[in-house]
Amino acid sequence: MSVFAFYLFAISAITGGLFTVISRQPVHSVLWLILSFISAAGLFVLLGAEFVAMLLVIVYVGAVAVLFLFVVMMLDVDFAELKAEMARYMPLALLIGLVILMQFVMAFGAWESAHGAAEQLAQPIPADRHNTEALGLIIYDQYFLLFQLAGLILLVAMIGAIVLTLRHRTDIKRQDIVAQMMRDPAKAMELKDVKPGQGL
Amino acid sequence: MIQADLIVILPEILLAVYAMGALLVAVYTIKDGMAPTLVWLTSAIMVFLAAVIITGGEGTNVAFNGMFVDDSFSRFAKAAVLLSGAAVLVMSQEYMSRRGLLRFEYPLLIALASVGMMMMVSAGDLMSLYMGLELQSLALYVVAALRRDSIKSTEAGLKYFVLGALSSGLLLYGASLIYGFSGTTLFSGIIQTAQHGSVSVGLLFGLVFLISGLAFKVSAVPFHMWTPDVYEGSPTPITAFFATAPKVAAMGLFARVLHDAFGAAVSDWQQVLVVLSVLSMFLGAVAAIGQRDIKRLMAFSSIAHMGYALIGLAAGTVLGVQSMLIYMAIYVTMNVGTFAFILMMERDGQPITDIDALRMYASREPAKALAVLVLMFSLAGVPPFLGFFAKFGVWQAAIDAGLMGLVVASAIASVVGAFYYLRIVFYMYFGGETDEQLDTHSSPVLWTALMGSAALMMIGVFYQFGIEGAAASAAAALVN
Repeated sequence: MSVFAFYLFAISAITGGLFTVISRQPVHSVLWLILSFISAAGLFVLLGAEFVAMLLVIVYVGAVAVLFLFVVMMLDVDFAELKAEMARYMPLALLIGLVILMQFVMAFGAWESAHGAAEQLAQPIPADRHNTEALGLIIYDQYFLLFQLAGLILLVAMIGAIVLTLRHRTDIKRQDIVAQMMRDPAKAMELKDVKPGQGL
Repeated sequence: MIQADLIVILPEILLAVYAMGALLVAVYTIKDGMAPTLVWLTSAIMVFLAAVIITGGEGTNVAFNGMFVDDSFSRFAKAAVLLSGAAVLVMSQEYMSRRGLLRFEYPLLIALASVGMMMMVSAGDLMSLYMGLELQSLALYVVAALRRDSIKSTEAGLKYFVLGALSSGLLLYGASLIYGFSGTTLFSGIIQTAQHGSVSVGLLFGLVFLISGLAFKVSAVPFHMWTPDVYEGSPTPITAFFATAPKVAAMGLFARVLHDAFGAAVSDWQQVLVVLSVLSMFLGAVAAIGQRDIKRLMAFSSIAHMGYALIGLAAGTVLGVQSMLIYMAIYVTMNVGTFAFILMMERDGQPITDIDALRMYASREPAKALAVLVLMFSLAGVPPFLGFFAKFGVWQAAIDAGLMGLVVASAIASVVGAFYYLRIVFYMYFGGETDEQLDTHSSPVLWTALMGSAALMMIGVFYQFGIEGAAASAAAALVN
């Protein structure tokens, strides 16, 4: 059963990846990408890493892919032109890709792990506790430094986004809370006695 | 346990906490009005931390289960990073504020990039290596695009970002192969598994990908394509920063990975580095000949200089690392001075980067022209200036390691490269009159940086301020 599930997810992940690259409509590409993400999440479930699987669905499918979708739909990019550009370099790209593929086949054909590497590998599923709990223990304890650094990187990303896009416009009206609170009806309203047949 | 760890990374914590605190203060008070103060404060703190690191640290301290290593190698690199970063930051203040580019985020992004660089040279694990590298790179992508209304600056930022992401991908793929082979991401664990028996194909694949990713960061050929465009498009002070501190940090990281994690496989990576080094030196020397823009010219110059520094690394010995560190220290000093001069190149208050504007500069500003002459001779490696001794050091290390061919190639490349440095000097002294003259204004900070750096190129020949000894102990701490 799990072998069947593995091949199902693996094939759909590869198909998704392939069609992300070759489909003509950019929106379709993003949808294929989502399929690829979900299949990868399925593979994580098979490995027993359900927390990572959920993260993949929530973060990548829920946020990143949807953001891609918006960008693709909103940006005015001529994809036909980009494709034409790509076609020009295709023979060279295929050649390089083929060479790299053959090298990888050679590398993985002769693959052997170092003596004693298996003992050193971090265990994906500790026997005595839940894997979400185990992940938390590792991140906040053993990898504390890395966790903090990741926080700094996100801070830099946030500063960067603000620095590069925020523009202070002077021609718009902003809310002034103090001014709003200081208003009083006596000053804000003025009663006029308008006579019939006359304007103000 | 955790307290001892935190004490080891105290300089990094101080700089990061300062950056975050200053960010909050500036956002809630006068924002960009605080920028000039923050520039000076940031560089003061960086100089202070450099002083603490130089005088304070002793021996080798390992923190966070081996992920962070504080030894005399990392202290040397951190001092060079912090001091050059502080110098460039101070130099940039006037240029940036006159062009309305001085946002308060700028000094803070530089501070955060410096935290990343400090993490890079102290990395003891593939994961902390990557975290430091990304922290540094992300901050640099942003400052490259700081002049957001200029197409060139935006293009520089975007190009740097996209190609940087690609190189990070290569690096991560290499890291995953290495992890797959050795079962650990700790450098100390990788070197142990590599020592047992022969090095497998998988590990070599990982190593090659890792080197490719790092070569991108030091802009070694063939991973140099971004450099001229990014150097040209970014605001000049930022180009100055790119050409100094990040280069030291990336070379430091390069040396640390190769020796700490792959010290047992020197012959395997030596040939890769020799190729990178020869290609960088020749491309840097030949491609710069056609350049008329001094910022692009300095980009090719930095590519060539990285090639020379890689000679030291390719030697794979203690002497090699020592000469590489000295080379980087001298290179950074030369570049600070040269960029101080480029920042002064203005006509009617507008920055000029065309080298034709330098014609007969010597007749109007003899003192500055003389300083530039010294710097150009030093960059070209003409004796008796310090730049020659930097090259001499890496040559010595390469000869000791039996890389005679590399030395001959680099000597030829340096003769070819001397052409474009000397052409600038030629223009300044015998260039023929031009009616478009540069302004004669000069800010005291830039003037001091230019003169100081030129003076060091001559004083350094006789007195090295203890750099040689520090580099020797740094190299001894790294190579074992």
